[in-house]
Amino acid sequence: MSGFFRVAWQVMRKDMTVEVRSLEILSTTLFFAVTVVLMFSFGLVTDGRPADNVAPAILWVSIAFSGTLALGRTFERERQNDTLRALMLAPADRPALYVGKLAGILLLLGLVEAILVPLVGLLFNAPVITQAVPLALLLMAGTVGFCAVGTLFAAMLVRARSRDVLLPIMLYPMTVPVMIAGVRGTAALFSPSPDQAVVQFWLSLLVAFDVVFVVLALWTFEPVMTD
Amino acid sequence: MTRLSVVDVARHYGRRKALSQISFSCQAGEIVGLLGPNGAGKSTLLNILATLLQPSRGSVTYGEQTSADGAAVRAQIGMLGHDLFLYPELTARENLEFFGHLYGVTDARATARRALERAHLADRADDFVSGFSRGMRQRVALERALLHDPRFILLDEPFTGLDQSSTAALVARLQERQQAGCVIVLATHDLDVADSVLSRAIYLKDGRIVGTDTDTRGLIDRYRRVIQS
Amino acid sequence: MTRGMTLMMAVAALMFAYAPFMIDNAPYEATMGLVYKIYFFHMPSAWMFLTAAITAGVASFRLLFLKRPRADHWVMAAAELAVLFGAFTLVTGPLWARKAWGVWWVWDARLTSSLMLFLIFVAYSLLRKYGGPGSDKLGAGLALFGMANVPFIYVSVNYWRTFHPPTSVVPTLPVEMGIPLWYCVFAFTLLFIVLLRLRARLEHQRERLEELYLAEDEA
Repeated sequence: MSGFFRVAWQVMRKDMTVEVRSLEILSTTLFFAVTVVLMFSFGLVTDGRPADNVAPAILWVSIAFSGTLALGRTFERERQNDTLRALMLAPADRPALYVGKLAGILLLLGLVEAILVPLVGLLFNAPVITQAVPLALLLMAGTVGFCAVGTLFAAMLVRARSRDVLLPIMLYPMTVPVMIAGVRGTAALFSPSPDQAVVQFWLSLLVAFDVVFVVLALWTFEPVMTD
Repeated sequence: MTRLSVVDVARHYGRRKALSQISFSCQAGEIVGLLGPNGAGKSTLLNILATLLQPSRGSVTYGEQTSADGAAVRAQIGMLGHDLFLYPELTARENLEFFGHLYGVTDARATARRALERAHLADRADDFVSGFSRGMRQRVALERALLHDPRFILLDEPFTGLDQSSTAALVARLQERQQAGCVIVLATHDLDVADSVLSRAIYLKDGRIVGTDTDTRGLIDRYRRVIQS
Repeated sequence: MTRGMTLMMAVAALMFAYAPFMIDNAPYEATMGLVYKIYFFHMPSAWMFLTAAITAGVASFRLLFLKRPRADHWVMAAAELAVLFGAFTLVTGPLWARKAWGVWWVWDARLTSSLMLFLIFVAYSLLRKYGGPGSDKLGAGLALFGMANVPFIYVSVNYWRTFHPPTSVVPTLPVEMGIPLWYCVFAFTLLFIVLLRLRARLEHQRERLEELYLAEDEA
């Protein structure tokens, strides 16, 4: 057991070290996410006022888009110099590699979301501060679900052709429940009188999704990654 | 017992035969060369030996274990690929420590330090690998492959792009491992070096073994004859 | 083709040939007129779509965890049928809906779940076609995830529009309509089985052909 978490921690730490040196994926993903938010805003704001209830959708969609890019690029790094093979050669539990990669991307997206949420709050007068805690919980649960599936798919596609377009093609239909739950939960939070029961329902759905798909990913990682 | 046994291994991709009817075995203390033109299947065979690829047929045994033994057998294998498997954004020391931890080495920091000394790169330990020459990167990569003291060492085109002194250093390290009783399999084009280093040569062409040699003097001529026949 | 398959195919063909007459004889529904009869083909097709999806999921599990390489043929066959029957369902559905509800599409749980599942299998086809070698295992992973996702898709879409679950949109049919419906279900089931086996067999033959080709110049 300790070996499993040690390996996962080392992989995550390595990813963080590499990222901190260049900040390449973080900065470009963040900028991309902001651009997406703005582009949607231009599409949905009429007469200087945003259409009702667009803020949650814009937030989650931009996280999905930028998350997909970040996932692709994290694994692209392992293609350079073929380091993925060195990782697979390690006498370690393969699922530990998955967990390490997942943890790394969660941290990265968490940072992106930390900037995105205030931005959306600002642009759309959304109550992100008063609802900070439940919003954070929703975002965490949703990001875990999205990345759990995304990390597996991105890893699977490392050696495939057309991988950059295949990742969104595979990922978006699969994460529809996350999007629905995230957007509806956030919309319930942002409404003038937030209904706690509704928010809790969506949050529980997200957590259930997370549990099921992380476990499924851990099971399928090894069979799917071995040639 | 350190013995590598390959029995009737084949690998197909649809209709393309990357490898067929590959059988040979290696004992401890042998350096076996896989020689052949591009596309002969050397890299495919090495990947199969490294358990990274499943053969379509046949089996590989490592002492008493097979690739089905998973992590246990991977702990015995060290591979140096053509792309070196190093993170350019990390320093030499960080690369070695990371892989040390990953490969379950007991004291990763100390092992990494010793490895750097053996590679004569202790003074460049904290420089980024991206700034190293090919020869220096090779030395780090070789030490990375050997960190966990594997019994089976696989090398894919290790002499590419190396100058005289780097080649000599690599040969010396391999010979040291050979003395220690490891099985070493290396795929190469470089016949001059191969000549002096190999205990045995296996000639591959179009995915098949077309000849073997235990006497490696005059390798170049014999290679030309065997491969071009 | 085996004799059993030929027989099944013949029966299915005959049933489909007779089906229009059977459907014609079914009583008209009160409000909709002729168009509602699309339902007789739409519903069995939807069931076959779901069956194909489940078959693909089960075969994927066998491929990945029980390490049966032949299971891949079944995944391919089932996934293709899922796309086929899914497309048929998603085309006939709106044709029916336009007359029944006045709109081509509603975002209810069942339709949206079907659309999502259909997209997952289209993604599977794209992956197999363009992903290069090794995409059999990747596809199996995708199909398996798709199966696991069905309850989540359903629940999330169900509660999406209003928080209170909507009433079912499937009309309850009187008995005289039940007979042609079950007749069509049976015909579609036969068709599904025949197509699945034929398609899986095609893959199997292809693999056998490659094996023979490869064995041909072994000494």
